[in-house]
Amino acid sequence: MNHIIIQVEKELVPVQNLPALRAVDTVTVHYKIREGNKERIQLFKGVVLQRSGNGVTETFTVRKISGNTGVERIFPVASPFIDKIVVDKKGVVRRARIFYLRGLRGKSARIKEKRQ
Amino acid sequence: MSGIIGKKVGMTSIFTEEGKNVACTVIEAGPCVVTQVRTQETDGYEAVQLGYGERKEKNTPAPLQGHFKRSGTTPKAKLVEFKSFEQEVNAGDEITVDLFVEGEFVDVVGTTKGKGFQGVVKRHGFAGVNDATHGQHNRLRAPGSIGGASYPARVFKGMRMAGQTGNARRKVTNLRVLKVMTDKNLLVVKGAIPGPNGSYVIVEK
Repeated sequence: MNHIIIQVEKELVPVQNLPALRAVDTVTVHYKIREGNKERIQLFKGVVLQRSGNGVTETFTVRKISGNTGVERIFPVASPFIDKIVVDKKGVVRRARIFYLRGLRGKSARIKEKRQ
Repeated sequence: MSGIIGKKVGMTSIFTEEGKNVACTVIEAGPCVVTQVRTQETDGYEAVQLGYGERKEKNTPAPLQGHFKRSGTTPKAKLVEFKSFEQEVNAGDEITVDLFVEGEFVDVVGTTKGKGFQGVVKRHGFAGVNDATHGQHNRLRAPGSIGGASYPARVFKGMRMAGQTGNARRKVTNLRVLKVMTDKNLLVVKGAIPGPNGSYVIVEK
């Protein structure tokens, strides 16, 4: 990426201290939601499917099963609405993006956990 | 209108105070040098000529070298004239991004990315023939009829047809200036501007 763009991003977008995420990690995203004047925090817990983009335009996709339906949500890494991200589980998988998880259900959708 | 010459650096996005994610373009604007002030008496019209970007002397034609010498500057890569420049300027003056204020609206002129000779589907958004069967074998993206045969017996001017697409001068109007970075000569405007990264653009206000 252009070095000038990187400089501009550094100056204009506050840096968020986020844990190192990888596709396959199970995370809980604490997301600030504004309702009128009140602000509350909503949790979104699921598996990271991918990280996409670079710099402040980078995003990550989290997938969870809600009821019986898969729900995916894309968060910008630099979003000021992200309160914090908690990594619940680290997984082991041999690819960078795990879209194959979309086609799997139940037992087959399990991910091998990383041993510490 | 006043203006400045610059280069498109690229796009990124920033967050507003309300937390909205806004796509924006970074422009490296100026510093420009006034290379000539055209007046009614000498040139028949009023304008200010700005120069931007360095260029080697050996790559500058001799007549241009004289032109730059007269205004007391080094050879510049890009020259643009602005009619009815709002400030009083003299040859040799420097114009920087200070010209712009955060929050105001600017127009940006650039040369769009060239797409080559394109058909009507890409160039004008025609639908093409929406059927691959029923006798269509080679006209999936054809324009169709371009007019009556016996009356008017001619093709109307301006009929949309295939041709060169892109690589044209285009102006995008009313882009909000999100940030002016004087120390780095950078301008951040909301939205997209024409052309590839690294191309010359003119920012007007």
